Amino acid sequence: MTILGTDTAVADASPAPAAVRSPRRIGRRLLANAKVRIGLTIVAVFWLLAIVGAWLAPHDPNELSPDTLQGPSAGHWLGTTTTGQDIASQLLAGTRPVMLVAFGSGAIATVIAMVVGVAGGFLSGWAEEVLSMLTNIFLVLPAVPLMIIVASQLPQVGSWAVALVIALTGWAWGARILRAQTLSLRARDFVQAARANGESTRRIVFFEIIPNLATVIATSLVMTTLFALLAVVTLSFIGVTSLSDWNWGTVLYWAQTQQALQRGLWWWFIPPGLCIAILGMALALINFGIDEYANPRLRIGSVGAARLRRQGIRPRVGFTPVRRTAPARDPLDERRAG
Amino acid sequence: MPFLLRRLAFYAVTAWAALTINFVIPRLMPGDPVQALIARFQATGQVSPEQTESLRILFGLDQDVSLWTQYWQYWAQVLGGDLGLSFTYFPTPVSEVIRQTLPWTLILVGLATLISFVIGTSAGMVAGWRRGSLIDGLLPLATFFAAVPYFWLGLIAIALFAVTFPVFPTSGGYDVGLTPGWSADFVGSAVYHGMLPALTIVVSSLAPWILGMRNMMVTVASEDYVTVAHAKGLPARRVMMSYAARNAILPSVSTLALSLGFVVGGSLVTEMVFNYPGIGLALFQSINAQDYPLMQAIFLILTLAVLAANLVADVAFVLLDPRIRRAT
Amino acid sequence: MVTDPILEIRDLRVDYGYGADAVTALSGVSLTLHRGEILGIAGESGCGKSTLAYAATRLLPPPGLVTGGAVLLHGAPGTPPVDLLSLPDAALRSRRWRDVAVVFQGALSSLNPVHRIRTQLTDAIAAHDPSSTRRSRLDRARELLAMVKLPEDRLSAYPHQLSGGMRQRVMIAMALALEPQVLILDEPTTALDVVVQKQIVEQLLELRERLGFSVVFITHDVSLLISYADRIAVMYAGEVVEVADAESIYREPRHPYTHALLNSFPPLQGPRRVVTGIGGAPPDLAALPPGCRFHPRCPYRMPACAERHPGLVASPYPGDDGRTVACLLHGTDDTTAVPAALAPRTRSRSA
Repeated sequence: MTILGTDTAVADASPAPAAVRSPRRIGRRLLANAKVRIGLTIVAVFWLLAIVGAWLAPHDPNELSPDTLQGPSAGHWLGTTTTGQDIASQLLAGTRPVMLVAFGSGAIATVIAMVVGVAGGFLSGWAEEVLSMLTNIFLVLPAVPLMIIVASQLPQVGSWAVALVIALTGWAWGARILRAQTLSLRARDFVQAARANGESTRRIVFFEIIPNLATVIATSLVMTTLFALLAVVTLSFIGVTSLSDWNWGTVLYWAQTQQALQRGLWWWFIPPGLCIAILGMALALINFGIDEYANPRLRIGSVGAARLRRQGIRPRVGFTPVRRTAPARDPLDERRAG
Repeated sequence: MPFLLRRLAFYAVTAWAALTINFVIPRLMPGDPVQALIARFQATGQVSPEQTESLRILFGLDQDVSLWTQYWQYWAQVLGGDLGLSFTYFPTPVSEVIRQTLPWTLILVGLATLISFVIGTSAGMVAGWRRGSLIDGLLPLATFFAAVPYFWLGLIAIALFAVTFPVFPTSGGYDVGLTPGWSADFVGSAVYHGMLPALTIVVSSLAPWILGMRNMMVTVASEDYVTVAHAKGLPARRVMMSYAARNAILPSVSTLALSLGFVVGGSLVTEMVFNYPGIGLALFQSINAQDYPLMQAIFLILTLAVLAANLVADVAFVLLDPRIRRAT
Repeated sequence: MVTDPILEIRDLRVDYGYGADAVTALSGVSLTLHRGEILGIAGESGCGKSTLAYAATRLLPPPGLVTGGAVLLHGAPGTPPVDLLSLPDAALRSRRWRDVAVVFQGALSSLNPVHRIRTQLTDAIAAHDPSSTRRSRLDRARELLAMVKLPEDRLSAYPHQLSGGMRQRVMIAMALALEPQVLILDEPTTALDVVVQKQIVEQLLELRERLGFSVVFITHDVSLLISYADRIAVMYAGEVVEVADAESIYREPRHPYTHALLNSFPPLQGPRRVVTGIGGAPPDLAALPPGCRFHPRCPYRMPACAERHPGLVASPYPGDDGRTVACLLHGTDDTTAVPAALAPRTRSRSA
């Protein structure tokens, strides 16, 4: 018995494919989705910036200069701060820590989620209860204050410490959906058959359960990464992380403390936010693509619907559209004529 | 009601976990930032021996006492309502700071979350029922707002509606000239000041409700009982509301409860941006002042608030889903 | 027992999907249900029998699309029939349940889990009869439950509190709430055990005697149809391949598929025969074989079967009145080509 009554609903909402599919095939099918392609391209561009950004930056992000509070120009693409620092260089230098923390803690949290979720779905008795309870506790605890009290009491808050703190507070959501999906898989025929054949639990978990969780694991990874992205810039923005490391949140922290808003210095606070938003949007798009793959009913988008409307088709439950294309005359007319 | 009893047990364990986290974290951390702070305040003679003692118990500074004894002392003190002294608002007790700031947050975040839930769920209901309608087209926009940190949206809102077009005040919870109380002037001013932060929270938390409800409506629309409702020739409105939406909303209600912790986190940072006199601003100031007693108390009180909201959601869930009531 | 038609399905065509990747699920199905009759529709799963029920009532969910045909509902003698597929939504809605009611398969999923049985029985009455009072609707609901022999106190139960058989009875009671002329049963007993199955079918027959509605009974279980249906239509790959009265279908199947289908079930009564499966699998609707759709699995196929698609035509044999079959074996003048299992026998036994 689960503590939350909706685990089955969650499982129903994202039914896993019925039988094992090779990861390569799933990958190909996902890449066929335009949303996934756009999202992955944006993420790839940001990774590229994370790698080469430090060399690309025209200035040292910490370098003070007499050109204070300048708007965007050829010399300073995104203008300068109150102390004449180059904002574009700060953003470029900040890309790597943001990407490392977001994807690093996304990965760590997903591993924790897999261990807790799959184990919780596969064990029974008190072990299951304990894991389920642990998941729910971490879901309910307010994550931001928790991260703040942990991070602010650490002696040094470098990127890896932040990544670890975020992962430790953000794994529960993934564990919950993985557990729900594992529970529903466990009841399926092919798992039951493997059990009846006397296959070891380890084999069932690694060869029957995990491959079938591929899409759920991917969703969990993408969503946790998005959570981590928002968390790391939030922590930097409120000044919990070390201010000597540049990251998009730190740029916003200085913009806020230097009253960039009140002074109308839009080049200081809009670009960092847009970076976050574009990367976040890309992750959300990837997640939509995975959702549509796992639940084909969600697939018809607004574009498809508009095209259908032009053909006179309105797909609806309860009133099947009728569009007579058959060459035969309307049988009623035939009757009236006869 | 075994369901509610189970939930209550779960909340008790969660509350215990939050308190224990507060006990464990300072004892795990290397170095004694609190010790340093106490020393600083003791030097000025502003802190009494009893107050020092209470901080020593909260933060585990008595190395000679066993951990077990520390744990019991800690519980006894917290249950007595003594959460230590705030360094930010020195020498105000932490509990007093919370008492003053919590109502602002509860009203702002509570109302904004409720509004966002109602608007988002209704929009998601229509979007899922009539695929390809206008609301489907609004989804990318809503998703954009969801992928943006709350605080940045707050910054943009201030830049747009308080600086460029000064429709709303840039910061604060009420006009500084007024004294807090239940006067019409004060309440009006508080509402006026709360509009922009509330709008920010609503806009940034809207997308998950729309998406969740839309996806559930799509899923539920293909359930047999919805087809039966159509076959029965029921009015379209009744099929949508009482057959599809009535079932689709169940997961949304339990998600509402679970996501409150997340929404509260985002809203806290929104308060910081707007200088709103709630608990988020107090948290922000406590970070800058390294005010650990206040930080921990805020974590604790927010956990309790989220648990209370969860209990309300559970009761709603029991009322909405007869399968949970195991009677008969 | 040929009487007036009540429901006529003419050349019904249905696609799944709207674009180039659409798959044809029904390619021109015509069937007639007569007043007071039980028409059985049999076939393997995926042959389109349920699609037929949903499409005829316009209840087929997306991506279903009706691409042609008509569903004519005959009213009182003298009035012109109505084409259900041409009605505007509001008119169709007001006719639903009052004229044609459906009992779907899966009774648990057919009931709304969050409403009491009472609500689900009365809301249909309220929708179609705005003049009814709360009290009259409740009385009617009580009467309906009594009709399917369920105790009155089940009115305030939720679906999850009922057993499978009870739920299916509730569905039947619900379907009869407005005394429809036509009742479509889509695998009404599939999820139930054999004993309950029999009880429910017999109860339905008894109610039909009393109320006089006509029934379209869809099931994969031919033996059930042979015992209870007046006429049987056999479907294969989105087409009707044979229609005849139940007795004739059972004794002298004309289509090789009908023959194979009958042999795959143990008969409930009559002489015992060897039960055999049907070789091969039902065809993929997206990749139908050319010619006769059954020919790759047909033990009697001729070279022509792979090229010519047989239409559903009247059986050429004397004594096969009212029987139609879609098979090239029976179309040729060379009667020796007809295998013995499908050929007409001397009528002495059945007469």
